[in-house]
Amino acid sequence: MAIKTQPVTVNLGPQHPSTHGVFRLRVMFDGEEIVDVEPIFGYLHRGSEKLAEERTYTQIITLTDRMDYVSSMLNNQAYMLAVEKLAGIEPTPRGVWLRMIASELQRIASHLVATGFLLQDLGALGTPLIYAMRERENILDLFEMLCGARITTSYLRPGGVFMDAPKEFWPALDRELVDIVNTLDELEKYLSGNEIVFSRTKGTAVLPPEMLINASITGPMLRASGVDWDLRHRNPYDYYDRIQFKRILHTASDNYARYWVRIQEARESVVIIRQCVEQIEPGEVRPSFDEVPHLIRPPKGDAYVAIESSKGELGFYLVSDGGIAPYRMHVRAPSLINLTLLREMLIGGLFGDLFVSFGSIDLNMGEVDR
Amino acid sequence: MTTPWSGAALAEAIEAFAPGSTEKSKDGDVWLKPEAIFRVCEGLKTRPEFKFDLLNSVTAVDYIDHFEVVYHLTSLPKNASAVVKTRVGLGRTDASVPSVVPIWRGADYQEREVWDLMGIRFEGHPNHKRIMLWEGFPGHPLRKDYVTYDQSIATLAPDSDVDDTSSRAGQ
Repeated sequence: MAIKTQPVTVNLGPQHPSTHGVFRLRVMFDGEEIVDVEPIFGYLHRGSEKLAEERTYTQIITLTDRMDYVSSMLNNQAYMLAVEKLAGIEPTPRGVWLRMIASELQRIASHLVATGFLLQDLGALGTPLIYAMRERENILDLFEMLCGARITTSYLRPGGVFMDAPKEFWPALDRELVDIVNTLDELEKYLSGNEIVFSRTKGTAVLPPEMLINASITGPMLRASGVDWDLRHRNPYDYYDRIQFKRILHTASDNYARYWVRIQEARESVVIIRQCVEQIEPGEVRPSFDEVPHLIRPPKGDAYVAIESSKGELGFYLVSDGGIAPYRMHVRAPSLINLTLLREMLIGGLFGDLFVSFGSIDLNMGEVDR
Repeated sequence: MTTPWSGAALAEAIEAFAPGSTEKSKDGDVWLKPEAIFRVCEGLKTRPEFKFDLLNSVTAVDYIDHFEVVYHLTSLPKNASAVVKTRVGLGRTDASVPSVVPIWRGADYQEREVWDLMGIRFEGHPNHKRIMLWEGFPGHPLRKDYVTYDQSIATLAPDSDVDDTSSRAGQ
């Protein structure tokens, strides 16, 4: 005899340990099957775009730290590139190399957080997350050496970075790069061939590549479906055109592929940092204050610059009216736009897969709501 | 490297399949007539000379006497990019443009965000609701004439006997 069921609506979040911040989902279940999903945003909305309209271009750097707070260096970089394009500032070579090193370290940290929390959502309570967070702590120590801050770095300035790396940074970076590879090996040894991880992640939440492109989804999610689209390679900014690195692609487009792409990308970031360290030369880390003053007044006009952030394409659209503050700033937030296909990912799946699929998107509520 | 389309070349190419839809072009930007947005975007996505399959971003700027909606497009197969703009809301109250969600699903949340914060309607959007703020929030905060809480109390005389909490509730 079949058991009679009726749909039940369950409210998940905004305060739920697996929602990666203050995210709220209204889910309708029929038994264990998901029949409807409605995401509700805005619990972390701070109006950053409005705040930016009354701050100078340098002051806004601190706002960008607080958008995606697990990849603040990448936010700094995207914003700085937009300001430099708008104001026509030529960055100094050492400044560019330093910010590339910083942003690649941040990418590794962000991918480690994504992987750790994905496995936490899978039910591996604690262990993989602690391994990932331990390594991230060491990366944050390096940031502390660079700029004195761990999370809200505000390291970049128009034309470069605000301070050169101290002497003891370079040996510490060398040791850390070895440690990162060891940690990734360790994680992969236990997880990439793990049968439980396989059975929980393979074949769940599969999204076809055409659908992903149509929904503007970028970053590791898109590359996990086999689309070779990495802005560092297809539209190189900073000095990425002088760097050789593998593009990480997977064709399955399921939760496992997204996990796998992130781990391999973290490995490639190590390769990129090593090349940066080889090519960096002594010099100024930013143009002198005569060339680039504290108060920048870019000419009238607009600029859109996008970089490959850890989550996807992070773009800044700045409009200047010739004043000391932008007339309008818009952030193209990959975390928000990557959620577009949430319904397609979840509906028809089981309750147990909900947070796994959700974790594989790797979103950050600071960036979704801004 | 991604090749950006120049405004003049793009305007000419758009005029070839949708005559009378462009207003002007400058540098890398093309201004379209708002009513032509849907027809042109459909062509930009499907026609072999463009193939703009990825919509990077949809946003809007408030220029006080009008709004400007800005679309950034990328073509993955051709590795090319383009910027399309349109002016709407000359009267400010009834600013609206056709939604491009049927063409690019990626516009879904971004158009809702523009409606929420800037107050521009997107005709034909499947789920035309606020996204960041709650339903019933007064006004659209990214508009230049929106009065923030700080500004509203700054206009009061310093010795005026107004209860702070009540004016916050009125916001």
